[in-house]
Amino acid sequence: MKACGRVNQLIYEFESRNGNKTLGSLKIENIRKSFGQVDVLKGIDLEVKDGEFVIFVGPSGCGKSTLLRVIAGLEDATSGDILIDGKKVNNTPPAKRGIAMVFQTYALYPHLSVRDNMGLGLKQAGKPADEIKERIGIASNMLSLDAYLERRPAELSGGQRQRVAIGRAIVREPQLFLFDEPLSNLDAALRVNTRIEIARLHRQLKATMIYVTHDQVEAMTLADKIVVLNQGRIEQVGSPMELYNSPQTVFVAGFIGSPQMNLVDATKLGLSGAKTIGIRPEHIQVSKTSGEWKGSVIHVEHLGADTIIYLQTDFGPLTVRLFGEHNYDVDGVLYATPDAGRTYRFDNEGQVIKG
Amino acid sequence: MAKPTASPVRTGLVHLALIIYTLIALFPVFLTVINSFKDRSSIFRDPLGLPTPSTFSLIGYQTVLGQGDFVLYFQNSFIVTGVSIFFVLLFGAMAAFALSEYRFRGNTLMGLYLALGIMIPIRLGTVAILQGMVAAGLVNTLTALILVYTAQGLPLAVFILTEFMQTVSDDLKNAGRIDGLSEYSIFFRLVLPLVRPAMATVAVFTMIPIWNDLWFPLILAPSDATKTVTLGSQVFIGQFVTNWNAVLAALTLAIVPVLVLYLIFSRQLIRGITSGAVK
Repeated sequence: MKACGRVNQLIYEFESRNGNKTLGSLKIENIRKSFGQVDVLKGIDLEVKDGEFVIFVGPSGCGKSTLLRVIAGLEDATSGDILIDGKKVNNTPPAKRGIAMVFQTYALYPHLSVRDNMGLGLKQAGKPADEIKERIGIASNMLSLDAYLERRPAELSGGQRQRVAIGRAIVREPQLFLFDEPLSNLDAALRVNTRIEIARLHRQLKATMIYVTHDQVEAMTLADKIVVLNQGRIEQVGSPMELYNSPQTVFVAGFIGSPQMNLVDATKLGLSGAKTIGIRPEHIQVSKTSGEWKGSVIHVEHLGADTIIYLQTDFGPLTVRLFGEHNYDVDGVLYATPDAGRTYRFDNEGQVIKG
Repeated sequence: MAKPTASPVRTGLVHLALIIYTLIALFPVFLTVINSFKDRSSIFRDPLGLPTPSTFSLIGYQTVLGQGDFVLYFQNSFIVTGVSIFFVLLFGAMAAFALSEYRFRGNTLMGLYLALGIMIPIRLGTVAILQGMVAAGLVNTLTALILVYTAQGLPLAVFILTEFMQTVSDDLKNAGRIDGLSEYSIFFRLVLPLVRPAMATVAVFTMIPIWNDLWFPLILAPSDATKTVTLGSQVFIGQFVTNWNAVLAALTLAIVPVLVLYLIFSRQLIRGITSGAVK
């Protein structure tokens, strides 16, 4: 508890020093990026407010990492503008943009100690040694890295390395934190812990954070605002619950939520006025005796809290998620009924049909 | 790390083969060294015999060191080899960094062009090189040798180092960029330390042909002030009489520095490999 009080005091100092500084907003205007003939980003417009936690999510190859690298200044955009804190930074080198970045592979300098890894950026910026030491102290305290400051990265575990990488970003006191899939090299248990740590850091630092991931669970749990990208375009921007409850396109509907939303061809269901019908697995009830759709059980997954049932029906496969424990025999017949009013209809272009 | 499945017989055979190869490879060196310590008549009477108290003689070494110039020849060899290695590593690594790091038009073509020298021996251009050196007034200077050897060593260096530099993670270089390191700092402070084993390999490959070369010193810098050890030893080989004691002693002496340099580089090489394994 004593250490905790110390951390709070340090955070207070950290905040008071940055008290008058705006934390950094970001504006992206019609960013395009092409590698040769391949268009990776096809016109991205986005606004991020001070202190927001924004997550770019999408399948691999959707351009999310490229967009992050363009914001960082590691890649030049083919056209379009980037504004950080209202200032155009198109031609500003990465070190001068007031950003810090955490990489998927940690990217720690292997020949430097933890302390020097964290301090290098400040040293390059010509900050006095006292201030560097103080800032490293604050960051290492926040991340419980005090005991490891003199070690080399090779002597640390994966989780510790990731914390050093985050610490290296914190000491820079950036206006904008950029995270490039920071958790994908960690094992499942560590991923959850580090996720909580990042959420805590965001609350403590009140800094603007942009985070790239392909894992929609990370996106749902951390974000204030999720940006779903697909094939170099923004599909939808919104809070996690907005995306879950009212997806604007088939893509977003299928991407957000686990297990995936059932997307069924409307003609096979004999419905007109829509191309595709979407029903989330958790919005379906089953019965052994009667229901709207008849199916046979292909497979049952018991997760303890949930039971997931895979059905084969006349119109194709259907996934059902039930809460609690249920026992159904494989190959047995089961009737499924969607919850009224919780189905989604999409038109030929994949856009949602309202009402 | 030994595989647990390797049988002792198999390992024994591998070792046997390696030992036989080592013996064959070392035999000429061994012969040179033992004979350099014998007097002239016993070199011819019993070339394979070890020096005994009755045949032991340092006459070869006395002749070589008595000539006086040999210290200078050694110095020349050291300067030429050392400076050439330095330039080969520096320019080779820089070119390799550019080829592996930056996307630009003609990148692949440039890489092929730089690697072309591996396939075409530089000696084919001897006449043109000599003409060039004469025109530039560089004949009988160590500079001429350094220039030629740097050119000779670069293709392989660029080729090997490009491959290695591609293995250095992009994230690391980008982290450096965000921390405000210049491209030069990224090259010298992040990338070079990580490709040190490859640098040691290139240094060894570059060093040995340079040190042993007779061709270019003979053609470009045969003057007494610029002779290298290999060329210097030739003064004892006459058309009619060869002073074998002196030749063998000079060659034995010439092995020592190469051996020392090799040990230094190979230690680097091993250190690089093991430090990578721990990570």
